[in-house]
Amino acid sequence: MSKRNGNGQHLPLGTARRGYSGVIQRLATGDVASALSANELESRLIELGFVEGARVEVLHEGIVGRDPIAVRVENVTIAVRRREAMAIIVA
Amino acid sequence: MEAPLLHLALVGTPNSGKTSLFNALTGSRQKVANYPGVTVERKEGSFVTPSGRQVSVVDLPGTYSLRGRSPDEEITRDMVLGRTPGEAVPDLVLCVADSTNLRLTIRLLLELKNTGRPLMLVLNMFDIATRRGVTVDVAKLSEALGVPVVTSIAVRKGGTAELLRRTDEIAALAQTPPAQNLWQPLTVAQLRATQREADRIIASSVSLPARPDTWTARIDAVVLHPVAGLAILALILFVMFQAVFAWAQPLMELLSQAFEALGQLVHDTLPAGLLQSFLQNGVISGVGSVIVFLPQIIIIFLFILLLEDFGYMARAAFLMDRIMGGAGLHGRAFIPLLSSFACAIPGIMATRVIDNRRDRLTTILIAPLMTCSARIPVYTLIISAFIPDTQVWGFANLRGLVMFGLYAAGITSALGVSFLIKFLMWRDYAPAPFMLELPDYKMPRLKSIAIGVYTRAKMFLQRAGTTIFSMMVLIWFLASFPTPPAGAEGPAINYSLAAMIGKALEPLLAPLGFNWQIAVALIPGMAAREVAVAALGTVYAIEGGKEAAEQIGQVLATKWSLATALSLLAWYIFAPQCASTLAVIRRETGSWKWMAVTFGYMLALAYAASLATYTIAIALGAG
Repeated sequence: MSKRNGNGQHLPLGTARRGYSGVIQRLATGDVASALSANELESRLIELGFVEGARVEVLHEGIVGRDPIAVRVENVTIAVRRREAMAIIVA
Repeated sequence: MEAPLLHLALVGTPNSGKTSLFNALTGSRQKVANYPGVTVERKEGSFVTPSGRQVSVVDLPGTYSLRGRSPDEEITRDMVLGRTPGEAVPDLVLCVADSTNLRLTIRLLLELKNTGRPLMLVLNMFDIATRRGVTVDVAKLSEALGVPVVTSIAVRKGGTAELLRRTDEIAALAQTPPAQNLWQPLTVAQLRATQREADRIIASSVSLPARPDTWTARIDAVVLHPVAGLAILALILFVMFQAVFAWAQPLMELLSQAFEALGQLVHDTLPAGLLQSFLQNGVISGVGSVIVFLPQIIIIFLFILLLEDFGYMARAAFLMDRIMGGAGLHGRAFIPLLSSFACAIPGIMATRVIDNRRDRLTTILIAPLMTCSARIPVYTLIISAFIPDTQVWGFANLRGLVMFGLYAAGITSALGVSFLIKFLMWRDYAPAPFMLELPDYKMPRLKSIAIGVYTRAKMFLQRAGTTIFSMMVLIWFLASFPTPPAGAEGPAINYSLAAMIGKALEPLLAPLGFNWQIAVALIPGMAAREVAVAALGTVYAIEGGKEAAEQIGQVLATKWSLATALSLLAWYIFAPQCASTLAVIRRETGSWKWMAVTFGYMLALAYAASLATYTIAIALGAG
């Protein structure tokens, strides 16, 4: 039911819509306007299982501004705001 | 010689089933307290192993790593490392994993290994994993990790037998000198490396089913749907409100009658005098007026624990995150604020689910602005005395509209205050990120829920027996001394310290349209807001009881102006004077400062709102 991103282009998970599925390519926490420092955000994302090579799928979107999103990371579901999800580069 | 007490510590990620394992091991032999100096809950229990060894076990706060980014996580780290003063160094650390979801726990376990503490991995909820088609090669996993691994089904009788047997074995081994602690905070690169290592180990010893939990997917398709999801949330809230207000009512009346009867018994058996008055008016009616809220507290926590156990709470936070974010609140603040409509006390206690300290404090500070049920008697009394029972706009009842307006004013001011707190105190901190695991749904377990509700109820009663009790004694003392001189007329309270304080306060409160009688009523209202109704009755020399509440309405209508009544309503939207709420804030924040801040800002708001209401009402000719 989930469609793969057609052309294999890299994109931030924060821009992905419901149904998107892909694989994490890298974490780009330095480019994101989060409350956390790049280091702290990267640590937290890794602790929740967002590491390179992990399969992700956007399962649900929030009500206001389609935010936050519920992301399946391997076999765990994690809710994150799009702001932080911008640091997760997927393809 | 008796074997020494064995100290176990439970560590695991949130949602690992750590608490249900703790409940299974210890049953109701639990003690809940705070770690010294912090507001982190310390849960300790005890049990005896099959070989007869006494074991003490602590349930450490859930964490994904040992970095210690919140007070809770610092406690977990320090306890594991044996750094907490006055706490025993754990003899064995049990790392608890949800067997359906090993990834994050195995990473944590690899980090825990560096601490050198004896370690055992507990694959909890093993039955659910098996049913879903997860197969774990336990021996291989144990070998790859280099630590003992046991499976467990915490919620089933005998499901922890293997865990107990292995604990006995490990305890029976000769005390090896503990390995050296090599743990240091991990760098990002090390974190990433341990997660890779964890994934490699899992790939070699665990086979996962191709399909995720279909039930969770099916439920989430509805529950997290933008339209249906909100409707379901609203429905759950509606049922919860119904339960708290309607279902609790008969029980509350029963309790209230029981305390009344007890008071009457004391009244009849003891000779009139100080002791009689102290027991009846101070102790029994005072503590009773608080214990009456026990059914509401139990129902609120029953709902909260059920929804939490089921896995719905994280979903409610997900749905509400952006909606509440506009006012500077975290998604997780939703349920605590909701509970505060019943009573701010369980609401403030429920803020423990918020892990960010600033977000939690904001929620605690605004929780008392939610219109709690204790304000209802005051609102009802004044509205029925002063607001005509007329139709407006063809469909709405004016009294109902005023009531709705009072609720709306409470919510609006809470959101406004939250916004201000954020702007004034924490402007430089961007909002804490919302990153939350949405656990698979699980059938709530009766035993776990029962233990949870029991511990909360016990805490509430203990507080009623200590803090609230001493407040009641103080208020009784103020309202009873000095006793009226011989041949004095009017109610005794007129001669008391409370009356003196009321008269002293009168000039301050006069701009709000309050007379000294209102000032006096506000003092016993400290104990519980609705006591002000009874106090007004006493002050206006009317018999107590239900009749009085109706009669006093008529008396008030003749003695107060409409402006005064509206001003008092405005005061009660904020009504800072609730001793039990302040006591809970003091305990939950661990600081007198935040208690004083809450009291101060609510007092200021109450004063300003009353002043504005009175002035405008007078200007409009309602004096």
